Amino acid sequence: MAAVLPIPIDTYKLGFIGAGKMAESIAKGIVHSGVLPPSRILKDVILQLRPLLSKKKLLVSIAAGVKLKDLEEWAGQSRFIRVVPNTPATVGKAATVLSLGEAATEEDGALIASLFGAVGKIWRADEKLFDAITGLSGSGPAYIYLAIEALADGGVAAGLPRELALGLASQTVLGAASMATETGKHPGQLKDDVTSPGGTTIAGIHELEKGGFRGILMNAVVAATKRGQELSPK
Amino acid sequence: MAAVLPIPLDTYKLGFIGAGKMAESIAKGIVHSGVLPPSRIRTAHSNLNRRTAFESFGVQIFEHNRDVVEDSDVVIFSVKPQIVKDVILQLRPLLSKKKLLVSIAAGVKLKDLEEWAGQSRFIRVVPNTPAAVGKAATVLSLGEAATEEDGALIASLFGAVGKIWRADEKLFDAITGLSGSGPAYIYLAIEALADGGVAAGLPRELALGLASQTVLGAASMATETGKHPGQLKDDVTSPGGTTIAGIHELEKGGFRGILMNAVVAATKRGQELSPK
Repeated sequence: MAAVLPIPIDTYKLGFIGAGKMAESIAKGIVHSGVLPPSRILKDVILQLRPLLSKKKLLVSIAAGVKLKDLEEWAGQSRFIRVVPNTPATVGKAATVLSLGEAATEEDGALIASLFGAVGKIWRADEKLFDAITGLSGSGPAYIYLAIEALADGGVAAGLPRELALGLASQTVLGAASMATETGKHPGQLKDDVTSPGGTTIAGIHELEKGGFRGILMNAVVAATKRGQELSPK
Repeated sequence: MAAVLPIPLDTYKLGFIGAGKMAESIAKGIVHSGVLPPSRIRTAHSNLNRRTAFESFGVQIFEHNRDVVEDSDVVIFSVKPQIVKDVILQLRPLLSKKKLLVSIAAGVKLKDLEEWAGQSRFIRVVPNTPAAVGKAATVLSLGEAATEEDGALIASLFGAVGKIWRADEKLFDAITGLSGSGPAYIYLAIEALADGGVAAGLPRELALGLASQTVLGAASMATETGKHPGQLKDDVTSPGGTTIAGIHELEKGGFRGILMNAVVAATKRGQELSPK
């Protein structure tokens, strides 16, 4: 650990290896970062750059499914941080999780957290949880796109014109999620707050419960996690 | 129509009859967005806590609702649906056509509001609870004598707490079933996503935080990119990947149909609850 110098916060320089959409999203939101691309040639890229990857440099990977032990082996050094952002980084609303490699310091973690905090919220977790994280926050946006479309279809079934139904559906989901993230109240409490006796909302909730709505969403997260585990080599 | 004078945009005063949480959210949003300075907003309430809540961001407090109406050009009725009729009848002598009247009372129709007020320069508005965080989905409908300019004025006020649409009043039960009740369906979804995360091995706090932020991010993608949700889903479902495995479970379970059922059932319940 003696060889690990803190990255000078005020003066460090950031490079992107790989200039795809995710890098663009992140770069748009932050001033400096060191990010490697989620591509199949990642291993070759790191091996090629290996002579330059001294311990003075903090390395970061956002490559899906690529483990820290492999990254550290290819780079020949373990001052690596693995980051799992999700696609809403594009609109500055990412759910991102990071995990520190062997030689990455707490300050390194804080620096990377502040960078990715520029495109959304950031958490820290053990790398062994990353398949489940991918199944939830990685794949989760797609489940919600289905929900938005279904709410719009429900509105149309109830008599609304399509454009109004879709606009209301998207804004309603945005509003609900904002209530959850900003009020700090438990979602069960938020639901209780708006289900008046014998009213329209509890009638809607009843249909969801009858259909096993919650269980189906749990199934999706568990299945996506399992698929992630199948896809990562051991 | 000759008697309807435009509300003077630079000087009009806004009064809230009913100083509850929804009125507070709307008033706060209006002040924070700069649409109106707090000095041009007024309300009244017998409860000290409610008066303090409004005074804390500069709104004028009057003794009685009568005083609020007399000193306002635009009056928003934000009392509970059960009492709005009596409140309007009591204030009727003061409700001249020079004043633009607004109701946010759930399930109360324009024809009744206009009958009680004795004038039809009314606009009916259906906001939803995320007005509290400035992310409402709101729909308005113009009464008989409300002008297009009146509609634009009210749209700018409610635009301060979220997005606003205009629609025919006959669609309001369906709108309530979707945007009115919809937030609750999403609270269930957030909890279920968190439970799924816990089932997959995540600690609760992380799972709940990720679930809420993930839903926020997805909805932001939908509202900000302008892409169809089906296209957004296609964009992120790579062949044989984790996401399409999750989607497959949703489709197997009839996830979409269940959500449609919820909107339709809530609409039906709304229709049952409104007197004909």
